Amino acid sequence: MVSLRVNGATHEVDVDPATPLLYVLRNDLRLSGPRFGCGLGQCGTCTVIIDGVAARSCIVNVGRASGEITTLEGLSKDGALDPLQQAWIDEQAVQCGYCQNGQIMTARALLNKNPNPTDAEIRQGMEGVLCRCMTYYRVQAAIKRAAGRPVTPSRGA
Amino acid sequence: MTLLRFPKAIEDALQAGDLSQSRRGFLGASGALVFSLAISAPAGKALAQVAAAGPYVDPDFRQLDTWIVIHPDNTATFFVGKTDGGQGTGTAFRQMMSDELDIAFDKTRVVMGTTDVTPDQGGSGGSDAIETDGWPMRRVAAEARRALLDLASKRLDTPVAGLVVRDGAISVTADPTKSVTYAELVGGKRFDVALTGRNINDTTGVATVKRVEELRVVGQSLPRYDIPPKVDGSQTWAVDAKRPGMVHARNVKPPMVGAKLRSIDQSSVSSLPGFIKVVSAGNYVAVVCEREEQAIRAARQLKAVWEPPVTAPFPTSEKLFDYMRAATPTSASAPEVKGDPDAAFARASRVIEAEFEVPFQGHTAIGPAHAMADPSDGQITIYSNDMKSYGLRNGVAEFLKMPRERVRVVYMEGPQVYGRTAADDVGFEAAFLARELGRPVRVQWMRDEETAWDTKGPAYTFKLRGGLDAQGRLVALDYVARAVDYNHLGYNVPDTVLIAQLMGRRPEKPPAGNAETPAVMYAIPNSRMRAEVVSLPLAWETPLRTGNLRDPNGPQVTFAFESFIDELAQAAGADPLQFRLDMIAASPEDAAFRRARSLATIRAAAETYGWDKRPSPRPRQNGPVLTGRGIAYTYRSNTVVAMIAEVEVNRDTGHVFVKRLVVGHDCGLVINPAGARSAVECGSLHGLSRALWEEVQFDTQKVTSVNWVSHPSLRHSDTPEKIDVVLVNGDPNPKRSDLPHYGAGETSHKPVIAAVANAIYDATGVRLRRAPFRKERVLAALKAAGRA
Repeated sequence: MVSLRVNGATHEVDVDPATPLLYVLRNDLRLSGPRFGCGLGQCGTCTVIIDGVAARSCIVNVGRASGEITTLEGLSKDGALDPLQQAWIDEQAVQCGYCQNGQIMTARALLNKNPNPTDAEIRQGMEGVLCRCMTYYRVQAAIKRAAGRPVTPSRGA
Repeated sequence: MTLLRFPKAIEDALQAGDLSQSRRGFLGASGALVFSLAISAPAGKALAQVAAAGPYVDPDFRQLDTWIVIHPDNTATFFVGKTDGGQGTGTAFRQMMSDELDIAFDKTRVVMGTTDVTPDQGGSGGSDAIETDGWPMRRVAAEARRALLDLASKRLDTPVAGLVVRDGAISVTADPTKSVTYAELVGGKRFDVALTGRNINDTTGVATVKRVEELRVVGQSLPRYDIPPKVDGSQTWAVDAKRPGMVHARNVKPPMVGAKLRSIDQSSVSSLPGFIKVVSAGNYVAVVCEREEQAIRAARQLKAVWEPPVTAPFPTSEKLFDYMRAATPTSASAPEVKGDPDAAFARASRVIEAEFEVPFQGHTAIGPAHAMADPSDGQITIYSNDMKSYGLRNGVAEFLKMPRERVRVVYMEGPQVYGRTAADDVGFEAAFLARELGRPVRVQWMRDEETAWDTKGPAYTFKLRGGLDAQGRLVALDYVARAVDYNHLGYNVPDTVLIAQLMGRRPEKPPAGNAETPAVMYAIPNSRMRAEVVSLPLAWETPLRTGNLRDPNGPQVTFAFESFIDELAQAAGADPLQFRLDMIAASPEDAAFRRARSLATIRAAAETYGWDKRPSPRPRQNGPVLTGRGIAYTYRSNTVVAMIAEVEVNRDTGHVFVKRLVVGHDCGLVINPAGARSAVECGSLHGLSRALWEEVQFDTQKVTSVNWVSHPSLRHSDTPEKIDVVLVNGDPNPKRSDLPHYGAGETSHKPVIAAVANAIYDATGVRLRRAPFRKERVLAALKAAGRA
């Protein structure tokens, strides 16, 4: 039996402690925010925040996930979206959306550590999170917006 | 009397007289179809009813009720046979249909691509959602409005001419207190209006669609309805589909391409926790376990004996282009000849020649292929993000030799489609395994499997020759393209999907494949264009199998052709942008006013960029970082694009950074400008990833590009600092009432490799004729030219 804290609640799950956290979150706790992308910690699609730090849930064993885990579902508080989630909507920073869990959760951990990142710091902080629809430009704009920085809109007639 | 053939779920709900209630049961808050909410109690009940409700008849596209339902709360649901790969087409469909129906956008929902619920518009593909499928949607919505006006006329005892429609209500023009809502007329009831049309694209009633100047919802940048649930975690995806008793499967692929399975040592996994079964058929092998992580572990641990092939399935990726040039084509198109190219070359003042190469490039979806199939009640339901769900349904029925009526596909959101999920191997695998096991089975490919074995965009070699006259005009062109495209996969074809190949079920002759000639709007009086297909030694059961990848041949062909146009401009001493404008202005081609629209689009991009007229390359620069700009232009179907890239090339490292992109884009009437800009921008960056990074590598036994380290893709740090998408309406009569709407899904993806190559040339004076432009290759080219 493994005990874990997710989005403010404690769960007891009867699984092998070597099970990657991702599958427990998805299949036992029925959370759909973190998703499988590579199983290698390379793409970021499965990102959750553990004790304030972004972690790749596909390579964290559930038995070692002893901290406070936050998933995409746990970002909004009392029905109010996290400013990043709102910025994502304002910037329409989504194509298919499959990777956006990783983009948003990594950005949350980035802003927690550095509330006013420069462009270079955003690029560096987000470097390991991949998007195959290539929403990077919008994702960066959404992060700037959430950090209260002016955003240059994509121009159009 | 016409036999009405409704989606079963709608029929049930109508007969229960409780449509809105029932609809809420299986429609999520976002309006997307979320049968998979089986995990929550009320929706689970709806799902159980629906799941048992076969046989699954085809919704009749000649019935208005198939397309539109008005609910008692005066909202509407639209049922369309398309899917949305993330470009926001679902929102665009709602806008077009809301506008024609005269109902507020936020009072509508759209359901897409579920085979027994929505009419078969073929799903997605070819960027035709707006250009083609939008028309029947508009016409049926206009017909619904007409039918409602007729009903209102009787109810209000006023001729239709004396009625006015606004936001789902109809009132008497002379006495607005006399009014009736759509819901009061047909809420929860059928329209019972027959439509006509030889095929679904022709579907129409008697009403005509609105003129452009009457459209109110179309043209607005409404936010996409599907984004909030995707950012707050409430979206239920195809990867989330779960059914009671569901088990998990993972595939075991041959370790060497072309190997034959000799034996399986089941004892290597049978004692593992959760183990259920090893399923094998021919060279197809899968392991099924109770839990997902158990299936992953067991599939890795399974011991099997594979007999290597006698001959290598393909050359190494380093030797690919030499192999292609030496190969005998499996097929070749008849040359397209204009004028007398041989005579024109003989007269030309200068003749320029160049060769270009593009490797195999993959889809490499961020979420590997996945599907869940439920065999309950002797039927098969597949929960899938297949962009052509109807094709999956038909293909699986044939593959499993089941009546079509007992197979259906529930379309759900998933990762990028771009042609990959139209050749949906995993949907067939899930269905096959579900029937073998007699239990719902979920399958997902692993990363290495997806990157190595997904369908590939064909590798190409090109040979171009151009003749300029004394005035520097292009008077003769010779184009030869070769694509490794033999056995190009079709859409959900039951004997060419991978599981069928591995099982040994295949057609006698592989599909011939295709190589393409460029989309040309230039005045070239004499030309010869030839396109040839070649095959690798192994045509079947190979990870180097080609399929449609976002504008399947466009990026390759446009790279070669638009790079070569740049070389000709350079030889002519002309500004490359002006060189193109001059050739387009003189072009005899003008279908869909493409000549005027091309000129306008290129000029708009040039103006936004601040293009100063001069030939390439720019005068020699000193310092480690060289900057340059390049243009490429093309069209796809009737959408026109001009792309200007500004690059920084580091002479010490070879690293290329595309600092700025300007995209001029004319897709006619724009349904949702913000959505179009997003699709164009992201399509451009997808092209940039192919320009800078993407390349499938292999040795003579297997693909060695297997993850995000061995197969790099565009990253945050590669993102341009500025992207300008300029939506152009270059129609000679831009305000005309019948301005058509064209697609925006693929065109911007097409010219990027060429624009970047031309910009690198402008910066460095070195022409890169082989994509992608990874730093090692760029540095080697700079060194060879003495520019490093």
